[in-house]
Order: sequence, then structure tokens, then C-alpha cells
Amino acid sequence: MFGRLTWASIPFNQPIPLITSIVVLSVVLAVVAWITIKGWWPYLWNEYITSTDHKRIGIMYIVLALVMLVRGFADAIMMRTQQAISVGASQGYLPPEHYDQIFSAHGTIMIFFMAMPFVIGLMNFVVPLQLGVRDVAFPTMNNVSFWLTASGALLVNISLFVGEFARTGWLGFPPLSETQFSPGVGVDYYLVSLQISGVGTLLTGVNFVTTILKIRAPGMSYMRMPVFCWTSLAANLLIIAAFPVLTVALGLLMLDRYLGFHFFTTDGGGNSMLYMNLIWVWGHPEVYILALPAFGIYSEVVSTFSGKPLFGYRSMVFATLAICIISFMVWLHHFFTMGAGADVNAVFGIASMIIAVPTGVKIFNWLFTMYGGRVRFTVPMHYAIGFMITFVIGGLTGVLLAIPPVDFVVHNSLFLIAHFHNVIIGAVVFAVMAGYTYWFPKAFGFTLDERIGKAIFWLWFIGFYFAFMPLYALGLMGATRRLQHYDDPSWQPYNIVALFGAILILFAIALTVVQLIYSIRTRDRRRDLTGDPWDGRTLEWLTLSPPPHFNFAVLPDVHGEEAYWTRKQTAIREEQLIEEPNYEPIEMPINTPTGVIVAFFASLCGFALIWHIWWLVILGLIGAFAILVWYAWRDEHDHVIPVEEVQRLERERRRVRNALLQELIKTT
Amino acid sequence: MTTSEASTIGLTHGGSEDTGLGNRGPQSKNIVVPYGFWLFVLSDMVLFSALFATYASLVHATNGGPVTSQLFNRTNVAIETLALLISSFICGLAVIAAKRKEMLWTLIFLFLTGFFGFVFLVIELTEFAGMIAIGAGPQRSAFLSAFFTLVGCHGAHITAGLLWIGTMMAQIWAKGFQPHVTRRLLCLSVFWHALDIIWVAIFTIVYLIGTLP
Amino acid sequence: MTEPDLELMNVAPGEHHDSMLSETVSYVVGLGLALLLTGISFWVASTTSLWGPGVATGLVVLAIAQMGVHLVFFLHITSGPDNTNNVLALAFGVMIVFLVMIGTIWIMAHMNSNMGVNPQLMNLQTQRG
Repeated sequence: MFGRLTWASIPFNQPIPLITSIVVLSVVLAVVAWITIKGWWPYLWNEYITSTDHKRIGIMYIVLALVMLVRGFADAIMMRTQQAISVGASQGYLPPEHYDQIFSAHGTIMIFFMAMPFVIGLMNFVVPLQLGVRDVAFPTMNNVSFWLTASGALLVNISLFVGEFARTGWLGFPPLSETQFSPGVGVDYYLVSLQISGVGTLLTGVNFVTTILKIRAPGMSYMRMPVFCWTSLAANLLIIAAFPVLTVALGLLMLDRYLGFHFFTTDGGGNSMLYMNLIWVWGHPEVYILALPAFGIYSEVVSTFSGKPLFGYRSMVFATLAICIISFMVWLHHFFTMGAGADVNAVFGIASMIIAVPTGVKIFNWLFTMYGGRVRFTVPMHYAIGFMITFVIGGLTGVLLAIPPVDFVVHNSLFLIAHFHNVIIGAVVFAVMAGYTYWFPKAFGFTLDERIGKAIFWLWFIGFYFAFMPLYALGLMGATRRLQHYDDPSWQPYNIVALFGAILILFAIALTVVQLIYSIRTRDRRRDLTGDPWDGRTLEWLTLSPPPHFNFAVLPDVHGEEAYWTRKQTAIREEQLIEEPNYEPIEMPINTPTGVIVAFFASLCGFALIWHIWWLVILGLIGAFAILVWYAWRDEHDHVIPVEEVQRLERERRRVRNALLQELIKTT
Repeated sequence: MTTSEASTIGLTHGGSEDTGLGNRGPQSKNIVVPYGFWLFVLSDMVLFSALFATYASLVHATNGGPVTSQLFNRTNVAIETLALLISSFICGLAVIAAKRKEMLWTLIFLFLTGFFGFVFLVIELTEFAGMIAIGAGPQRSAFLSAFFTLVGCHGAHITAGLLWIGTMMAQIWAKGFQPHVTRRLLCLSVFWHALDIIWVAIFTIVYLIGTLP
Repeated sequence: MTEPDLELMNVAPGEHHDSMLSETVSYVVGLGLALLLTGISFWVASTTSLWGPGVATGLVVLAIAQMGVHLVFFLHITSGPDNTNNVLALAFGVMIVFLVMIGTIWIMAHMNSNMGVNPQLMNLQTQRG
């Protein structure tokens, strides 16, 4: 009836998971109770859960990412604590089988459920606004994408309470992840949750490429798009190209585990090296799926806060496209040591070094944008400068690792760990924090507290250096990754310094929560009344903060690069806003519960698959298919916002903008 | 490419008198929806390319079991190929009939599309059953795992397509030729033609090259 | 801008848009060419009158030609300016397909030969237990 699921699956006898489970469950129950008492469910259901509004979906993605950041970081600090004390005779406080689950969960959650949702959330919120349009190409599919991602995140977190998580690292390499060596449900949790969220990500990719190529404001030609849109386009092209390969790699491993196939097994002619190959065909582009939108965020931030157009816009676009293509030609550098031989290694090593060239072009473009500009040292700008310093170090260690003989020495050592945290924290985390601060007023109508924001930056920045520079040294001293215990006492001081860095980052994350609460409580004195709090240059700053449901009453007519900046300067010169247009009723897509219901069935089906509850698998599949057919049968697609409503909101915006214009005319 | 052509598609920059540089705002749903679906189909092609790569890497890993030339029957493959090609052709006719809003012909052509797809599927399943019966199932060797996965994945797509054709027929019958229904039919035809393209690769690489003397 | 103008500038994938051939004729021609190429493929594979080592390559070429026929006559992907976006997406897809296939086959072949693995004999059962 319940497959492999029994009471023994719940970790009653292990104190750490049990206490964690109780704490997490109590927090979740408290939040649910609070929402119920406050009577917020109808609001949440109508305005967020079933919303097809790209802005709301973007916010949901970011909330998911922030929650998962806390979860992933809890894993991280547990690992750092373990490594700081588990030397010589001491075994630390985490047994190996638990430690292995923690590092696997840390990597899986941070990449798939923290970094990806954060980046996708920012793209969701910003890209349609920057393109000057009202929504993405497929609004309902956008909602479905989010809920499938959330479904995957849910399953990973259920593994904390029911059963176990994978002990095979964040990529689940066979043959260790085969049934023969990992008979438990951990690897199944890993595989199923990634397959479900992978479908969501693929749909996001399709959605955004279509949006950027087909849905732009009049006059917004390719070479007038903001760089963030360009990098989003490249990242989503990479999603379309790379995620199917992840689906195949994980799918073949599932066939091995569930049906006894022999793709990666040690017998039957299987070849586990093929899995490394396939997973990294996806894995390397994945790095750029995260990094390219991050570069886009820095481009927007640096240009805005330097008060200058981006230096070398065209070279930026071409560098982005070059990275998009080359990132698909370097995957072997993740397994130089596998034995493909000198000629293969040389080709991929050289390709890996070449990718540093367009990346270097970008760094110089940002520097030259700042050069001669009037730089305002706001929080996002702090992150951008911190990024440039940190990322150059990470990039250089990356070029070192791209040299096969060097890689043979430090392969899978802590040097590698230091390197990729250096680029991912330095580029992606700093970027999403910058983007979060930069676009927060656009989303909610008030800014985040600047002082606390700077403290958060400095804690992340210094914390990063304390946490990961020692790992470079440890790697060169011979420490391999994923050690639950080590014998050499000379490594301990480095690990203690790294723990200190992790504690600084802990304070950064705690302060992020404090900043949010404090800023909400003091929102009345930090309101963004103009819609343009940073003196921006791109179209999202043209509309109100927060924007109306339809973003723009009339789609802006784009003249020249920097659509909004051009328009603002024209208004200042002519001392008036453009003429009031004729308003028309606006059709917007209606809300739909399809996404959340599909995700419900997907979670059910996934959970059943993990525990081999076959009848429930079939039930889940039928349910998901039925809801799709039900959705396809609908007759009503759009709801119409009447002219009066459009006119009222737009007049309000014009009043606000006029006030801003008078202000600007006075200052110039 | 001439300048005006380049500016029409928005590749050139500045200096053009056309302020819109070829972009006149969001495109109609009749363009956007099939384009998005086209991207999805291309991602499916990438998925199959990974399966082909897997097959090519494992084709000789027979673990002492049967090899390609002992298993495949060219006559069957020829019939399968023919059935799928005819099905793809009739699917095109269904789209043409739908454009002329001829309900009966659309439904007949869709039914025939599905019927030939079904014939294909039955032959494929018979082949699979025969192989499993002689002990050449997917658990036998890495080669057979790869074979069953590659060909079976195509078969699973055909099955999904049959479900879609059935749903589509019901929808056309119940709702008539509304714009969103005909858009969906166009997407279905793109899907079905793409599956035929993948089959061309399968019968060449797996069956024909696999049975060369 | 009015709708018809947009429709002229861009064509949906799978949508017929060619003044040369009527849509039905396009499908009939496509079917004929596809049948012809399939027939040649099966003949090439079974005849003994051709140079053996070249047959496999010939078959791949024929398959690519047939895929082209399907793309042009069934999916109506053409080189017209209205089709640019569809073709660019296809080109990107084809590039990725080739990178994945050629890269994987190349890497795995080199690994097998360098590591002394004969796939036919590869059975690491001895590692068990």
C-alpha cells in the first residue's frame, strides 16, 4: 500500500534531524496559523498563488530563493563547524552518513533552489518591464514553472523529515549513486526533485526566449535592448539547450535504479564515465545560466550609479553571445583527470581559457563605465565593485584550473571548492543581492535601509574572504573536498578561520532579515513617490513603484538606446511630458490555479515515485493530465481593464511624473 | 543581406530612417505561440541528441549478449518508416483542412494521422516484446539499455502525440475552429513532423547502419 | 501597425508561407522526395555493389538530406526574410545537437582507448562486494 514508506523512515532516533524537523515544522505551522488568523489567504490566493502577473511570480521566486538560502546556509555552517573540530582524535558532531547528506543537500539546494530561483525571479520581475511590455509570452506557463520549481524544493526539504537525502554529492555520480551502493531513497529524492524542477526551468527558458525575441515595445530593436535583457536571452537560450541533457542524464540514472538498466552500472557493460560526460554537458552551461544574468545586473547597476551609458554596449552584447556559445564547448574541463588523453584535454583546456577573453572584455567595460562618471556609492554599487575585485581572483584561479596539468594536482581538492565559491558568491550572490536592493523599491514602493544594506555587504564581502581564502591554501596543502574528518592538525587553523568567515556570512544573512523588517516598519519615510528612485536609464523606471498590473497604460515608443533616459532628457529639455495619449481598454490574462494544482499532483507523483507507491504515481499522472485538459478547455482567457481605470491610474502617474520633472528641471 | 533587410529584422543599428528599426511592438499570438512551441521542439531535439550520443557510446557494450545485426528486422523498420511518413503527410492535410474550416475532413485526417501513428506504435511494441522474449531486454546489456531508451523515448513521444491527437479531435469537435484551437493544431503538426525527423535519424543510425554487412 | 503587416514580416514555425507552391503541392512534393530518399537509403544499405566503407557515411548524408526535406516541405522552414527567427533558432539547436553528439562520442572514444577499456569486454563485476 505505501511501498517502502514505514514509520521507520522518520528519524525518531537521530537527534539532529529530529530537532531540525520539529523546529522547521513549528515555524511553518506558525506562519500558516498567522496567515489564517490575519485572514490573508484570499489575498495570497488571488494576488500571488494563482497570479499570472510576471511581477508577482518574480517575487514568489525570490521569496523561495531567500528561504532556501537560509536552508542551504544552515547546511554550510554545519559543515564548516564539523571541519573546524573534527581533527585527530575528535570525530566532530556529525557522523559520516549525516555529513554526506549535508554536503549533497547544500550543493543541490544552493544551485537549484537558491541561485536559480533568485536569478529567474529577477528576470521575471525585470525583463518585461525593461522591454516596455505588459507580460511575458506565456503568463500561465510562467506560473506553472514557478510551482514546479517550488514542488522540487518541497521534495528536497521533505527528505529532511521522511527518509534521507542523497549522500552522493550535488551531482550524484554513479556508480556510487546506483542501487548497488546507494539502496536508500536519498538518491531518488535527489533525482525526482531535480526532474520536476527541471521541467519548470525548461519552460521558463522557452518562455523568456520567446518573450525577448517576439514581445518588445515598439522601436525596441535588438540593439536597443538593455544589457540585462541580452544576458537573460543568452541565459535562457542556454537553459533550452542544456536542461534537456540534464533530464537525460538523470533520467538514465533513474532507469538504472528503477528498472535495472545498465547505463552506468559496474556490470552489464555500463559506463559510469558517460554520466560525468552528460551531466557536465549541462553543468558547464549552468554556470553561465547563473553568471550571465548576474553580469546583466552589474551592467544596469554600474551604468545607473555612474550616471553614464554603459561603455562598449555592443562589445558587451557580443561578449555575452560569445560566452553563450563557448560555454557549450568547455565541459570536459570538469573531468580532465578522467583519462580522455592529452589531445582531448588540450582542446577543452584551450577553449576554457578562451572564455576568459569575453569575460575580461566585460570587466573592462564596467571599469570604463565608472571611469569619468559621477559614481554614487549606493549598496548595489558596493556589490558591483566588490564583485569586480572578487570575480577577477576567481576568474584567474579558474584559468589556472583550465590548465590540465595544474588540474591534475588540485582536482577535487579544496582549491576547487574555493574557486567555484569564489566565482559563484563573487558573481551570482553579490549580483542577486545587488539586484534585490536595486529593484526592491520598484516592486514594493519603498527602498531598503541603506545603512543596514552596507553592513550586509561588508559582512558578505569580508566573510567570503575569510571563509574561502584558507580553502585555497588547504587545497594546495592536499586537503580534498567533502572530508568529514582529517588527521593532519596543521589544517585545523585554516578551517577555524574559514568557520569565522562563515559566521560573518551568518550575520549577513541575519541582517538581511532585520533589514527587511526594519525597512517595512519605517516604509513611510522611505517611499519611492516618483517611480524613479535611482535616476535610472531603463524602462522599468518609467512606470510607478509598484507598477500597475498592466505595467504601461500605453506601450512606450522607444527612440534610441537607453529608452527611458532619452525620454527623460527630452522631457527636461522641452519642460513637459509627452502628450497625453488616447487610452484604450487593456486585456490582461486571468488568474489560474492550474500551476499550483499541477505542482500538487507533480509533488504527489514524485513522492510516490521515491517511495515506490505505484498506485499514487498513476493517480498523480492522471491528475496532472486532467488538469491540463481542463485548462485547455477554458473559454475565458483575458479580463479587460476598462478605459476609466487605465485613465485613472495613468493620470496619477502623470501627476507624479510632472512633479519629478519640475524637480529635475530645477536641479539642471 | 541588404541594409533594408537587415534593418527589417532589427540587426542594424542607428542611421536608419525607420525609427522602429523593424520592431513594431509585440507580435500577435499566432506568431508567438508557435514560436515558443518551436523552441520547445528544438529542446526536444537536444534531448534526443544526448540519447543518440549515449547510444553511440554504448552500442558495442554488449556484455556478451546479442549485437545489433542479430536483432533488427529491416522489413519491419521499412513498414514503420512508411507508416510514420504517411501519418506525417496526413497531419499536414489536416492542418490545410482546418485552415479551410472543414470540420469533417479535419477530423478524418486527424483520425488517419493517429491511426498510422498507432500502427507504427504497435509494430514497435511487437518488436520490443519479441526482443524481450528471446532474452534481449533492456536489462541484458548497456547496448540494449541504450537501444530501448532511445527508440522507446521516441515511442513515448508518439504515445503522447496520440493522446494529444485524441484530445485535439475532441476539442475541435466541441469548440470549432477558434483561434486558440487552430494554433494548438499547428503546434501539434510541428510536434508530429519533428518526431518524423527524429525517426529518420533513428532508422538510419540504429537500424540501417546497425545491420550493415 | 495593422495585423497583416506583422503577419508578412514574421511567419510562425510550421506555417506555410510561400508563393511558389500551394500548400497541398508542397506536402505532396515533400512526401515524394521523402519516399525517394528513404528508398535510396534502404537500397544503399542492402546492396553489395557499393564501396563498403563508404556506405555508413552515405547513409548519414541521405538522412540529413531527408531531414532537410521534412524541414522545408512539411515544417515550411525556408530561407525567406520572414523566417529569420525560426531559422536562427533552428541553427542554434542544430549547433548544440552536433556539439553534444560529436563531443560526447569523441570524448568517450578517446577515454575508452586511453584507459584500455574494450567496451565489449567491459564488465567491472570484479569490483562488486
